[in-house]
Amino acid sequence: MRPSIINEVDVTFWIINGISILLLLLITAAMLYFVFKYSKKRNPVPENIEGNTTIEVIWTIVPIIIVLYMFYISWAGFVNMRDVPKDAMVVKVTGQMWKWTFEYDNQKKSDTLNLPHNKNVKFEITSQDVLHSFYLPQFRVKEDAVPGAQNYFWIRTAELGTFYATCAEYCGLNHSFMYAPINVIPEDQYEIWKNIMPADTTKQDSAMVTPVTTSDTAGVKTDSLNSGAKKDSVTKETPASDIKQTDTLKK
Amino acid sequence: MANGTIAVPKKAAEPDFYHVRTKHTGIWSWLLTTDHKRIGLMYLSAMTFFFLAAMTLGVLMRLEMLTPGETIMTAQTYNSFFTLHGVIMIFLFIIPGIGAVFGNFILPIQLGAKDVQFPKLNLMSWYLYMIGGILALFSLFIGTGIADTGWTFYAPYSIRTTTNVSISVFAAFILGFSSILTGLNFLTTIHRLRCPGMTWFRMPLFVWAIYATAWIQVLATPIIGITLLLVILERAFGIGVFDPTLGGDPLLYQHLFWIYSHPAVYIMILPAMGVVSEIIPTFAKKPIFGYVPIAISSLAIALVGYLVWGHHMFSSGISDTSRVIFSLLTFIVALPSGIKVFNWVATLYKGSIEVTAPMLYTLLFIFIFSIGGLTGLTLGALNTDLHLTDTYYVVAHFHYVMFGGMGLIFFASIHYWFPKFYGKMYNEKVAKIAAYWIAIGFNTLYFPMFIMGYLGMPRRYYDYLPEYQIWHVISTVGSWILVSGILIMVFNLVKGIRSGKPTTANPWGGTTLEWTVPSPPPLENFDVIPTVTTGPYDHTKLHQQLRKEYKDQQKTEEGKN
Ligand code: HEM
Ligand SMILES: [Cu+2]
Ligand SMILES: [Cu+2]
Repeated sequence: MRPSIINEVDVTFWIINGISILLLLLITAAMLYFVFKYSKKRNPVPENIEGNTTIEVIWTIVPIIIVLYMFYISWAGFVNMRDVPKDAMVVKVTGQMWKWTFEYDNQKKSDTLNLPHNKNVKFEITSQDVLHSFYLPQFRVKEDAVPGAQNYFWIRTAELGTFYATCAEYCGLNHSFMYAPINVIPEDQYEIWKNIMPADTTKQDSAMVTPVTTSDTAGVKTDSLNSGAKKDSVTKETPASDIKQTDTLKK
Repeated sequence: MANGTIAVPKKAAEPDFYHVRTKHTGIWSWLLTTDHKRIGLMYLSAMTFFFLAAMTLGVLMRLEMLTPGETIMTAQTYNSFFTLHGVIMIFLFIIPGIGAVFGNFILPIQLGAKDVQFPKLNLMSWYLYMIGGILALFSLFIGTGIADTGWTFYAPYSIRTTTNVSISVFAAFILGFSSILTGLNFLTTIHRLRCPGMTWFRMPLFVWAIYATAWIQVLATPIIGITLLLVILERAFGIGVFDPTLGGDPLLYQHLFWIYSHPAVYIMILPAMGVVSEIIPTFAKKPIFGYVPIAISSLAIALVGYLVWGHHMFSSGISDTSRVIFSLLTFIVALPSGIKVFNWVATLYKGSIEVTAPMLYTLLFIFIFSIGGLTGLTLGALNTDLHLTDTYYVVAHFHYVMFGGMGLIFFASIHYWFPKFYGKMYNEKVAKIAAYWIAIGFNTLYFPMFIMGYLGMPRRYYDYLPEYQIWHVISTVGSWILVSGILIMVFNLVKGIRSGKPTTANPWGGTTLEWTVPSPPPLENFDVIPTVTTGPYDHTKLHQQLRKEYKDQQKTEEGKN
């Protein structure tokens, strides 16, 4: 089993920021202590210190080691991110102003992303018009959608539930309304859905998509950062209802 | 009293540069002046206006973000507001900022010169600045509405949108020339107009910082110039450099843009670092800790700053290899800036510290700028960046480094050199209250953005999911606190200009040359060009004096007992 990307990003984030918080506290504490201890009142006669080679060498070498360590852990996570597992299923993602279209391996298209549970999924991302960025906050990863080029990343659908994709590269008027629901459903349900789905369930005229008000962003799970689906939300939203949801999108 | 320089003989009652008779009078004595001091002050007034305008846009944007959905403006308005806010803050405030105002006013005096090398060119730079600034604002009122691309003008959106992109881009193009010419002027001034005895390693660190900055201005700005020109040509004639439907490459635009704009972040921050290296020795009453390393690291930053532009493009689809290289270089380049912070804190050690208003701003800067710098590490790291880039985490990060870095030091600089500019003093107590108020507002405004960003809130979003609202509300309240602090500061300064108490040539006990001339200085700064015999932060005479005072005081106390 590959290590979880979500986990790696979070761990790297907190290691780097943990060290940073320590450094910040150190700097701030030293500064406040000096300002207090060597105030004009307490220390009327300053000392003439112009430098100290030993300490300057130390505070150069130690940070070099720290940042190389930070680079190393983020690089290790990055290698995992870019190395797509061989068994990954492929979904083609196309951004346009202002919606996402997903194309599955049977050439069917949809604007909801339904994915089988416990699978590795590779997204091949491009754009029809301007730049967008395909961002899955709950999976901690994004990659730009560039017209005329193809970018990729992969995720593992380790948890059942509803998630969302959104756009992170500014693309004009409705940039903040480019949500697409992601339903991770059991594999058998996914197969049924894939086979009964009409060839194209996307809404045709994207510019006409009325900006969804945030409170009903089609199936977007709102407690977004509990990356795992809450178990009750899984039972509440049965795969069948997800399929219906796709049907309503057709109208 | 200035140390380390041969005392400058002062003739009595020579008129200062405000009152000296010149060829022109009234408004023309300003608009046609070639005096570096007047030009610096003209930049200061214009910049204050632009800053307050962009600040107003920022506050209105924050008000819009108070609730999800429409609060006070439409999506189109929001999009043009963050564009104009970004364009003004970047091209009219932080890039020229400290160099144009304090570089112009103070740098020639610190070198012992009568003016910059090319005074007329200096005035022309100011006019180019004004033309660029007015054009940028003008796009509000004419044509098809203000640009809605963000200050980065990314293609192909910037090629296709129907708004006034060409005008904003042209404004930035003209501002680029202003920047290049100012840089050129400072470079030649520093090379040619140093007074006798002013060797390279006797120059104040502010001069070193401006020197390093000027090289970036001269060498990097032409790249953005040609890039912006290509955007205009592509919009007008469809030449097909950036738009893939015309055979162009959108990533080419990003490379060209960031090859300038990453070094440009050093144009923004280096002069501020220079000012910090002036203020801390003055108020700790001792030399800077590690003069030579600080001076050299300014140059090193300017040089290696060219090699890391790719960290703005980690998610754009550049190759994995180049991402790894850019990330590694980014981590390395972060070091000199961090080490400067250590040097400043070390300078405080065993000083005799006086926390005046400029010093207070500087200490707050060290705290806030450190947060900004340290949060940059997760953006330079390869895997975390793919989650955080283009979210509010980035918005928080760059406000911490740019506003918390250059912005706060701009405020510190005004308070530091105010007596030299005007020969008067502001109300110190009010200035300090404003500083604390600004710091509280600043952190309330921007810290929640780190949290939102980590939780996945993308930037440049007009609308958002309700789960983020709590952080947006806190942030918006912070913007009100910050703005009231800034207004208190501005009113206090304006009042100081009008009716402040008269001050002396050297109210702070500074050791650099600008403190040897009267406040405000006479037209050509020096009656007799000074000769320098020591480094810029030589405090030995002051220390002798303090030691003597201290002994005398102890004696009198002993006498009492
Ligand atoms: C004075 C109070 C300020 C407030 C309330 C404020 C607020 C904001 C807001 C709300 C945004 C838009 C965020 C988004 O939607 O993604 C923004 C963007 C930005 N701000 Fe500020 N800001 C302030 C000061 C500054 C300063 C002093 C600078 C520069 C030194 C600055 C530089 C920028 C830049 C470059 C952007 C990005 C624009 C873009 O996305 O194209 N801001 N600011
Ligand atoms: Cu977008
Ligand atoms: Cu950069």
